[in-house]
Amino acid sequence: MQYKSQAVAKPYFIAAIGLFVGQILFGLILGLQYVLGDFLFPAIPFNVARMVHTNLLIVWLLFGFMGGAYFLIPEESETELFSPKLALLMFWIFLVAGALTIVGYLAVPYATLAELTGNSMLETMGREFLEQPLPTKLGIVVVALVFLFNITMTVLKGKKTAISLVLLIGLWGLAVFFLFSFYNPANVVLDKFFWWWTVHLWVEGVWELILGSFLAFVLIKTTGVDREVIEKWLYVIVTLTLVSGIIGTGHHYFWIGTPEYWQWWGSIFSALEPIPFFGMTVFAFNMVNRRRREHPNKAAVLWALGTGVMAFLGAGVWGFLHTLAPVNYYTHGTQITAAHGHMAFYGAYAMVNLMMISYAMPILNGRAANSNKSQVLEMWSFWLMTVAIVFITLFLTAAGILQVWLQRVSDSPLPFMVAQDKISLFYWMREWAGVAFLIGLILYIISFFVGGDEEKAA
Amino acid sequence: MSGAFTKSMARNIFYGGTVFFFLLFLALSFDTLSTLPKRDMRANMTPQIAEGKKLWEVNNCIGCHTLLGEGAYFAPELGNVIVRYGDEGVKAFIQSRPKEGIPGRRSMPQFNFTDEQLNAIVAFLKHVNSINTNNWPPNSQG
Repeated sequence: MQYKSQAVAKPYFIAAIGLFVGQILFGLILGLQYVLGDFLFPAIPFNVARMVHTNLLIVWLLFGFMGGAYFLIPEESETELFSPKLALLMFWIFLVAGALTIVGYLAVPYATLAELTGNSMLETMGREFLEQPLPTKLGIVVVALVFLFNITMTVLKGKKTAISLVLLIGLWGLAVFFLFSFYNPANVVLDKFFWWWTVHLWVEGVWELILGSFLAFVLIKTTGVDREVIEKWLYVIVTLTLVSGIIGTGHHYFWIGTPEYWQWWGSIFSALEPIPFFGMTVFAFNMVNRRRREHPNKAAVLWALGTGVMAFLGAGVWGFLHTLAPVNYYTHGTQITAAHGHMAFYGAYAMVNLMMISYAMPILNGRAANSNKSQVLEMWSFWLMTVAIVFITLFLTAAGILQVWLQRVSDSPLPFMVAQDKISLFYWMREWAGVAFLIGLILYIISFFVGGDEEKAA
Repeated sequence: MSGAFTKSMARNIFYGGTVFFFLLFLALSFDTLSTLPKRDMRANMTPQIAEGKKLWEVNNCIGCHTLLGEGAYFAPELGNVIVRYGDEGVKAFIQSRPKEGIPGRRSMPQFNFTDEQLNAIVAFLKHVNSINTNNWPPNSQG
């Protein structure tokens, strides 16, 4: 590794992978509850398991983003991190706060947790993805601000590159838009309107800047293509992202009490959202084809290509599938949304983190790349997880189409639960695909412990 | 990309485009906020409805159900549940959930709500049902 302080990234990556395992285990519990309704009831009701599943996802992605930034920024800025000690301190605070929150979800009823953590002082809990108790939310703000201070100071004292600037904008945006999670008026329409300023402007806005900068960084390192070319691509991609994605927020404003005109704004701009993802795919393949060197870390290059393709399919194609208002009128709030959510999060954010970890971990361990044996196993895990998520998405899409038909389109619409029973075959198949995903993840973890002849340090 | 299109041009388009579209988004949002009172029925807001929303939140109802299509897809849409069950039907359903669940079926917890709390939840759900949602959901099944 070029700079000693990059080493602080390592605990972040390890924690990210650990929480990822937890996320998948709870995903399997949820999948089983879809078909065996009372599985683990009343010890772990569905809503609790889902909170754990989605919150672990968010937290592990944030660990990955922070670890990735701590690895990337010193190298881009060509200087040591402003304060490695602060980075390490924040790691422990974030990990302990995250663990306590998950324990809280599992140990006591949610209403009790709300009471114990002072939700009545400032009511922010009980909204999807933002279920964290007030102290956790405040903790996230503190950790994010200290992290941003650390990263920003490093960039300020060192070299400023397009990659680090785009990353900084993404990370600052992440922190700023999280503040809307503290605004929860009694007016449910207003609540929902601004809830999306956190949720949409994260995943279909500033997070894509983080994704783009990570991808650009790894492509520069592994392909040796000229920085000027790669950074130009990066600017074009993030321009397309924000031009389509900011007003694309409107595709959430069709049916929640907001005015009709959002059906036009939302449909048109969100229909453009696949373009930046397509740009990322073309970008990744183009740069790898024009490579000027053969980087020994083939696994990292595979993840880079994979995230381009899967983000385009999951976020782009599966998003477009139900984003036009006349279609969304029928698909809104069905398994179609769940199908899109799974492939989009895996393809865009899980994979870009796994790419960064794949590239950085060997270097943090003092070598350019892992042994061939280890990489082969990692690539197996890539294919298993990726194919599994494709099947999860296909099965949920099939379930969703049937649900829409049975419950909303047919001449004699069926009640929700009756329709659910009729499509349970697809939920079973989704669960088995989930088991395949877990096997892929286990192989991924094993790949870290496979020895063999190592590639020499670069 | 050809040599005529430089990195600094790309950067300027990025900053310019982002600022322009963010301002456009803010303008649309301001317009929305000014038209919302006609659609979100805030004139009918009562402390009971606010209490109902709080109960909705602190019991994490959104962890299984959708409300106006947002939430989890494990249990039925509740934005229009009043249409399906009526006030008394909703209360009776919530009250009658067995503590240990229903064998083999998706089960809702028994929350042991007081009558006052049940009335607040119903008031909240009735309020949500009155919001102008551009005729969503397509039918009463949600």
